[in-house]
This record gives sequence, C-alpha cells and structure tokens, in this order.
Amino acid sequence: MGDFFSNLSLGFGVALTLQNLGLAFLGCLVGTLIGVLPGVGPIATIAMLLPITFGLDPTGALIMLAGIYYGAQYGGSTTAILVNIPGEATSVVTALDGHQMARQGRAGVALGIAAIGSFFAGTVATLVIAALGTPLTKLALIFGPTEYFSLMVMGLVFAVVLARGSILKAIAMILVGVLLSTVGTDLETGEERMTFGLPFLADGIDFAVLAMGIFGIAEIMRNLDHTETRDVVRQAIGRLLPNRDDFRQSYKPVLRGTLIGATLGILPGNGAVLGPFAAYTLEKKLAKDPSRFGRGAIEGVAGPESANNAGAQTSFIPLLTLGIPPNAVMALMVGAMTIHGIIPGPQVMTKNPTLFWGMIASMWVGNLMLLIINLPLVGMWVRLLKVPYRLLFPAILMFCCIGIYSINSLPTDVMFIGFFGLVGYMLIKFGFEPAPMLLGFVLGRLMEENLRRALIISRGSLETFIERPVSAGLLAVAVILLVIALLPSIRKGRDEVFTE
Amino acid sequence: MKKVVLALAAVAGLAATGAQAQGYPTRPITMIVPFAAGGPTDVIARIVTDNMSRTLGQQIVIENVAGAGGTTGITRAAQSQPDGYTIMMGHMGTHGAAPALYPNLKYDPTKDFAPIGLAAGTPIVIVAKKDFPANDLKGFLDYLSKNADKVNMAHAGVGSVSHSTGIFFNSVVKAKPTMVAYRGTGPALNDLMANTVDFMTDQIVNVAPQIQGGNIKAYAIATPQRSPVLPNVPTTKEAGLEGYEVSAWNAVFAPKGTPADVVKKLSDALMKSLDDENTKKRLLELGGVIPSNTERTPEALQKLVESEVARWTPVLKAAGATAE
Repeated sequence: MGDFFSNLSLGFGVALTLQNLGLAFLGCLVGTLIGVLPGVGPIATIAMLLPITFGLDPTGALIMLAGIYYGAQYGGSTTAILVNIPGEATSVVTALDGHQMARQGRAGVALGIAAIGSFFAGTVATLVIAALGTPLTKLALIFGPTEYFSLMVMGLVFAVVLARGSILKAIAMILVGVLLSTVGTDLETGEERMTFGLPFLADGIDFAVLAMGIFGIAEIMRNLDHTETRDVVRQAIGRLLPNRDDFRQSYKPVLRGTLIGATLGILPGNGAVLGPFAAYTLEKKLAKDPSRFGRGAIEGVAGPESANNAGAQTSFIPLLTLGIPPNAVMALMVGAMTIHGIIPGPQVMTKNPTLFWGMIASMWVGNLMLLIINLPLVGMWVRLLKVPYRLLFPAILMFCCIGIYSINSLPTDVMFIGFFGLVGYMLIKFGFEPAPMLLGFVLGRLMEENLRRALIISRGSLETFIERPVSAGLLAVAVILLVIALLPSIRKGRDEVFTE
Repeated sequence: MKKVVLALAAVAGLAATGAQAQGYPTRPITMIVPFAAGGPTDVIARIVTDNMSRTLGQQIVIENVAGAGGTTGITRAAQSQPDGYTIMMGHMGTHGAAPALYPNLKYDPTKDFAPIGLAAGTPIVIVAKKDFPANDLKGFLDYLSKNADKVNMAHAGVGSVSHSTGIFFNSVVKAKPTMVAYRGTGPALNDLMANTVDFMTDQIVNVAPQIQGGNIKAYAIATPQRSPVLPNVPTTKEAGLEGYEVSAWNAVFAPKGTPADVVKKLSDALMKSLDDENTKKRLLELGGVIPSNTERTPEALQKLVESEVARWTPVLKAAGATAE
C-alpha cells in the first residue's frame, strides 16, 4: 500500500508540473474540438496531431497524446448526441438515447451527464490501473480465441435486447451486420470475399463509414422529409446542466457502467467495444419502465458513457504493463511511444517509472480537464442546435465528407456514406433499427476470426468451447440471456412494452 | 515549441500551389506511408524525414494510406505527379513480396519507380512461446520436424511481414506447421505470450521488448550480425541454419519520371539524415539496421528491389500464398 501511494505521488509530481498540466489541457481541448467533427474519432485525431508532439519530451508528448485520445473520445459522444452521428462503435449506444434527449430539448442534460459520468468512470479506472494494473494483466492472457468467441456470442445476445421493436427484425438486422463484416480479404487464406472485384472493398467496410451513413446521413434525410421535429429542438432548449433528479436517476447506472466498462477494457482484441452495449442492456433490463429506452432515457446515456470512458482508460493496462496494444488506438500509442524513443514493453514500468506513473496520474488530470473544458462548452454546443436546419445540414454533410476522407484518404469512402445513408433511410422507413446491425458488424468479424482460430488450434474439435471453463461459462450466460429474451410469457410482455 | 509552429506552418502550406521546377523544393513534400500510423514502417519514415525536412528546408508531411498489404498506398503514389512533391516509403512487402501475393498488382516494383534510397531495415527474429520445449534453434528445428502436425505458427495476416517471412522460414527448414492468422502483430504476440500458439517470425522492433521481459523466447536473428538490442540472441548462421537471412527493409521511392536533379536532392537529404547522430540513435534503439554508404544509393536500391522480387516470387508462389 505504501508503494501504491509513493508511486502515485511520483506520478502526480510529474503530471502536475506547469508544462505537463498545460499539455494535458491542450491535448484535451484540441482532441475535443477535432473529435467533434463527424467521423473523426480518436484514431484519426491522434494520427493527424502526432507531428505536433515531436518537439516535446516523451512524457509530455504522451500526456498530450493521451489527452487528445480522451478528448476525441468525448468529442465523438458530443456528435452522437447532437446530430446522431456516432464516429465509432462505442458511441453508437450514446446516440440511441442521447440524441432523443437532444430532440426533446435536453441536449445540455445529456452532454452534462455524459461529461460527469465519464469523469467519475475515469477517476475510478485510473485508481484501478494504479492499484491493480499488473495483476489484471493476467486477465488479458486468459482470453484466448476460444474465450473470445464465446464472449462475442454473448455480445450478440445483447444486440437482441438492444432492439425496441420486433425481435425477428432485430435478429435479421444482426445477421445483416455479421454478413457485412465478412466483406473483404479473408484473413486466413487471402481470398477476397463479396468484394465484387472492387479494390476499395478489399479491406472490408470501415466502421466509421457504415455508422456515419446508416446513422448520420439517414438522420439528415429523415429530418428533411419532416421538419417539425427539428422545430421542437429549436424552440425548447431546456436546462443546460443536469439537476438533482437527473443525478438521482443516473448515479447507479454510472456505477454499474464503470464496473462493466473497466472490466471489459482490460481484455485484448478490443473487448472494450462491448462495454457500452453491455451497460445499456443491463440498464434496460433493470429499469422499471424499459419502454423509456430509445426515447431519451438518461440512464441510457449515463451507463454506456461511463462504461465507454472506463474501458477507454483500462485499455491502457495491456499497453502499459505488457506493451501489447489491445486495439487500434493503443497500437497508434505504441507507435507514438516508439517515435519518442520509448519502446513499450514489460520493462517500461521499471525503466521509466516517471513516464509510467506520470502517464497514469495524467489520466486523471486529463479527465478533470475534460470536465473543465466540456461543461462550459455544453452551452455552445446546445446553441448550435438553434441554427436553422436548412443552414445546419449542409455544414454537417460537409464535415461528414471531410471527416470520412481524412481517415483513409479514400474518395470511395465519401461515396459510400451516401450509399449507406440511403440504405439507412430505407431501413428506418421499413421499421428496421440500425443499432443491432452495427453491433452485429462490430462483433461479426471478431467472432468469425476467433472461431476459426480456435478451431484451427483445436484441430477442428468443437469441444474446445465447453472444455475451457471461461468459455463454457460465457456460453452458459449467453444461453440464459437468450432464453429470458425469448421466453413466450416474457415476450408477450415485451411486445406490449416495446412496440410503438 | 518551434517545431509545433513548423508543423502547423507545414499544414497551412499544403494549401499553397503553383510551385516552380527550379529551386526544388518550394513547398511541403508529401510522403505516402502505405501502412497505418504507428507501425514500424511509419515510425521509421517519421524518424528519417524529421532530419530530411531540415536539410531540404521544407516539411515532409506523412500521409498514411493503408490497405491491401500496403499496395493501395503505393499504387496511388506510383500514379501521382512525378514532380518530387509526392514520394513514398516502400518496403519488403510492397516492393518485394507484392507481385507474388497480388496477381492484379497495378505497378511493377522494378519498373514504375525512381528509387531514392534505402532507409533502414528491421531484422527478423524467430521467437517462440516461453514454455516451448526446445531451448535453441537446433532443438526447435528438431522438434518441428518430429511434431509437424502439433505445432502452430502465428502470423499477422496474409501480406504482412510476419506472414511472408514465416512462409520463407517454412520453405527453408521444410516444415509445415499449422498457420494461425491474426489481424496485426499485437494480437498474435498476445496469444504467443499466453502460450496459445507456438512460434512466429517477426520484426525485431515488435518482439524485442517481450524477449527482454522474458515473456517469449528468441531462437535466432536472421541477419549476418547480432543486434545490439538483443546481444544474446545468435544469428541464424551461428545457430546452424543456412539460407535464412531476411530483414524487413524500408526504402524511399519517387514515381517513375521524377527529374534526376530532384532524385539527387532527395537522395542526398536521405543520406545526410542517416548520418545524423540523432537519427542513427533513434533507429538503433528500434533494433534497426542502418545501410552502409554503398547500400544507400538509388542504384543499389534498384538492384535490391530486383533481387527481392526474384527471391520472394518463387517462395510465395510455391506456398500458394496469394491475397486475391
């Protein structure tokens, strides 16, 4: 315990110098502003701003980059809430109820609770990293392909619960999502699948492209075909910050979201992606009146946003303690560290203790900065909604195009968001919900790859999924969840509650 | 802070147009890196161009165009204006293995480029999970030949360095381990550390920290000399394996038709960068191998590309590896 405090104080000694405080602030601010651009998620933002850090010492540079990461992550949630455009998988869930709140004139409350929930989750996650980072590393190594496949199966069951309307339609959408995820070059054989010989499909469909089209562009088209809903947003802006009632409703979801997000964040192979979905599912199951979800329930923002931020923090654990990046953002951080002459690995903790603990302490500082930056910005963002829609939507469209182009510099991506926008609009009109499809898309690829990996390693024996205890446990939970969702009596109740 | 200003100025300068052919360069130069930001090639590109920018008096801006094993970015760079304002960082995969892996490749590595020079190579290391029964390369090869059906080899996806060099390894030692594909080196290393898969071949920069930390073991490094980063790891030759010397080299190219004086300027700037103490230090920390003066010239690079295409094509074709 003494170690814990001396380490933390060493870390804060580094993080609280004037220079590093300034860098954390600058990183968070720039990250937030650029992350707000639709489609520009943390990966694109960090890649774009990487050269800015070249003149700094490694610790300062990493503090700034980490700030950009949290900032962009949070900026993405802002876009999801205000204009229903999730820039990455983790903010899809935020868009569901967050944007509904914005339509009801509660954008400020949604943004506020997202910022406060994220701050709380970030604080807890920082403490978890500082106290338990090293022992938790082992968790990452327990999860092999077999366990991962079973976890993804469980995740798909969440998608069923996520849907509001018909369960059949939800399952159909999940399967479409899984199907879309198989487009591209096959990882094992190098064969192209469902690319129609088109070179830009060789690497599959980018998540940001799909999400931006299906959610964002489709939302714009829907708004344009009936303008009255937008007027509601313009007339009633409402309170800017959450009040006591909001807090009473949110504090439990924040606690639960933090726990779920922090746990899943440690897993390798982007386990953090499941966090917000799992938190949302849990809140919906626990709620007295689940029909509020999807119509602007504050718990549907508080829980997933906390899970998202907790996961974003704890996904640093494998990077800091092992040097193994669990997802694409962390892979970019590895590159950033390498450029600055710090090669991430198990020795960073002992060789560069000031960097290691300085970064951990700066995570908390960064979260505080985000809160300081974002609470005053809430008013500005909300005022943005007052702009008449005929002026706002061309700007949103333009930023979407810039944002999506900046990710891969591919003109076809820009055309693709238009195509997926049309598809998304049709789906809405026919009463299909896009969220389960996006979850199917995210999990599909992980699921397929890990299934094949597990079977290759077990030489084709399916028993491997029940022989391994963790995998068997996860599959059992999935079956139980599915039975609850499908039980006739419950389904009857579900139909009454969920159909609009 | 000066660098911040410089970087911002470079971004602003992107908008400026109307450059003159003389006095090159008069505006920032774009270097296309055909891989995601943060990977080994990207890191080497950023380290090398840092000094080149200062020599040339214009910022070299990195643009990451990833996809299809790097061939997406190289295709685009090959088709851009040959005016010296678009250059690229090619590597072993895009300019060596690609013709065998991608039958519909839109460029010919030996004909469609104006070579600038070799930047740095990262040696390949043969690594295994720490519980693997063999303790040296000889024992490992012995085990491999006796238990061929039991051993799993990890790689980072078709077209990746670990995939190509892994297939090459298998053809040299005549082994047929079961191949397990991952999306990138990170997840593959994770499963190697968790004892889920048995061995892989990969670039030193990716595996060195885990070897030093005792999470995996290294059997040999596929270079003529040992690496200062891993002084205890024998070379393949020392360990008794002939014919497996391979490194993931990275080199700067311009599109075919780039004026000779521009190529000369870029080549001189690259050589100067590789002589710079700071650049050297950073490349060596990565485990990188800095090319000798004779290896750095455009002519030497052209020869290297030709010999690499000739080396990889039969190996990969024989293994039936293709990405299309």
